[in-house]
Amino acid sequence: MLNMTVITSALELGCIYSLVALALFLSFRILNIADMTTDGSFTLGCAVSATVALAGHPFLALPVAMLSGAAAGFITALLQTRLGVPSILSGIITNTGLYTVNLAVMGFSSNVNLLKAETLFTVLRDKVGGGVLYRLAPAFVISAVMCGAVILFLNTRIGLSIRATGDNPDMVRASSINTAFTITLGLCISNSMTALSGAVLAQYQRTADINLGTGMVVIGLASLIIGETLFRRGGVGKKAVGALVGSIIYRFVIAVALRLDLPSECLKLISAVIVALAIAGPHVSRRLAEDRRRRAARQKGDR
Amino acid sequence: MLKLEHISKTFHPGTVHEKRALQDLSLHLAPGDFVTIVGSNGAGKSTLFNAIAGTFLPDSGTITLAGADITDLPDFKRSKDIGRMFQDPLKGTAPNMTIEENLALAYLRASHAKSPFSRVSKADREEFREALSRLGLGLEDRMRQPVGLLSGGQRQALTLLMATLVTPKLLLLDEHTAALDPATAEKVLALTKSIVAEHRITCLMITHNIQSALDLGNRTIMMSAGRIVLDVADGQRAGLTMEDLLALFREKTAQKLDNDRILLG
Repeated sequence: MLNMTVITSALELGCIYSLVALALFLSFRILNIADMTTDGSFTLGCAVSATVALAGHPFLALPVAMLSGAAAGFITALLQTRLGVPSILSGIITNTGLYTVNLAVMGFSSNVNLLKAETLFTVLRDKVGGGVLYRLAPAFVISAVMCGAVILFLNTRIGLSIRATGDNPDMVRASSINTAFTITLGLCISNSMTALSGAVLAQYQRTADINLGTGMVVIGLASLIIGETLFRRGGVGKKAVGALVGSIIYRFVIAVALRLDLPSECLKLISAVIVALAIAGPHVSRRLAEDRRRRAARQKGDR
Repeated sequence: MLKLEHISKTFHPGTVHEKRALQDLSLHLAPGDFVTIVGSNGAGKSTLFNAIAGTFLPDSGTITLAGADITDLPDFKRSKDIGRMFQDPLKGTAPNMTIEENLALAYLRASHAKSPFSRVSKADREEFREALSRLGLGLEDRMRQPVGLLSGGQRQALTLLMATLVTPKLLLLDEHTAALDPATAEKVLALTKSIVAEHRITCLMITHNIQSALDLGNRTIMMSAGRIVLDVADGQRAGLTMEDLLALFREKTAQKLDNDRILLG
């Protein structure tokens, strides 16, 4: 059912999308903020990367895309830390605005194709002369390096401050941490990683499309949650690696679903159900356990 | 060390809820002073701490800490030099971070002139372990556990350690043992005493326990209606009993009432 091509492409996509899971690990889990900018900054990364690659700079495209993503995160953070916009709404506002920005980046066209342009993958292919690794290796290296960088960062002074901001706002307010700053920095970093994911994906599939990012926040969360169920215990290091592994597993699930002739239009619904169940799961099971206890207590009382 | 000059703060001015929380309050603390603060609810004790820590800016007056004017400094900039503990043990530590990570954060935040990307070294970690073992709670063997697993007393002891890991210029203790059971409170209070004495930390402590207000530190002040109504230190304080203090309190506050009546009459 799974041949070599399917396996490698699932691994490649898993690595590329793992950056989104890692970004959400930072915003959703560490900072405790549901960052709705994700969809828009993913597309922004795609659009910027495709446009810059088309201009002949496939490698420069990646840092430029990351900067653009950081800028998007900065706007979201500015709205919620300085201008009093509720956290979720500020992400939605930025996301909505980004739709126009993304179209503009692609020259007011809804897609850009890179079929004739050089991408970082074609450059590598020409260097090593084909094989299977020229796509997997850079995808893996990029995600592994980012994963390692995030783990190291989270134990620095500023990283620990960002973690405390999400973990205990009361404590942070009484200590020498400027929460506006830590939230801003956290969202800039997470959105730059989301944009990097989009940037690599655009060059990987040699096309950027205005709708590529739709539902990305849910897909990223699904991957993150799959990773968390595998690595229940452990510190941030393990959890960050879990995001990478979860993303790869998610891509395998999708590959299997497609093999089973499931129409690709259904994928977003499946992702949505996975996330809803995974987040609701612990809550529902706690409620059920309470109900059982209550019923047992009542029966005892009757006797 | 700490100098408050004519601090006033009125909440909700001009409304029916107007509350004059601090009224022309002045207080000078010498380096190494350990001052206990007593007073009934609403006397302005916590408001005084909030003014010092920068939770709000006073309407008038100046605050100087170690020679530097901090009156207009935002709270997060002051807290580099000011350690603060609350009654609620949950407020001082991050539950999903490990004991070691909490200490690392406190250590890296308070130590000056370090890059934002600084991390704790092996030697620092060894120091954390030693400091933890001095608490005598066995926490040194649980450094990799999340703080959320600790009891209230253990968390409060850890918060105390975090606040003093790098000696602060000023330590504010806001009824930090009030939420603990008597035995644990006793233990945390003893730790407070030894840590403050060891590092000669200038310290302000709010308490509702009159006896410990007289036992601890070298000076006791009493607050009422946003003012300091009694300020006794050293020799003058040594002879006081709990009853004396309560009598003084009644006398001072009643006198104030009489004054008001005279004014109204």
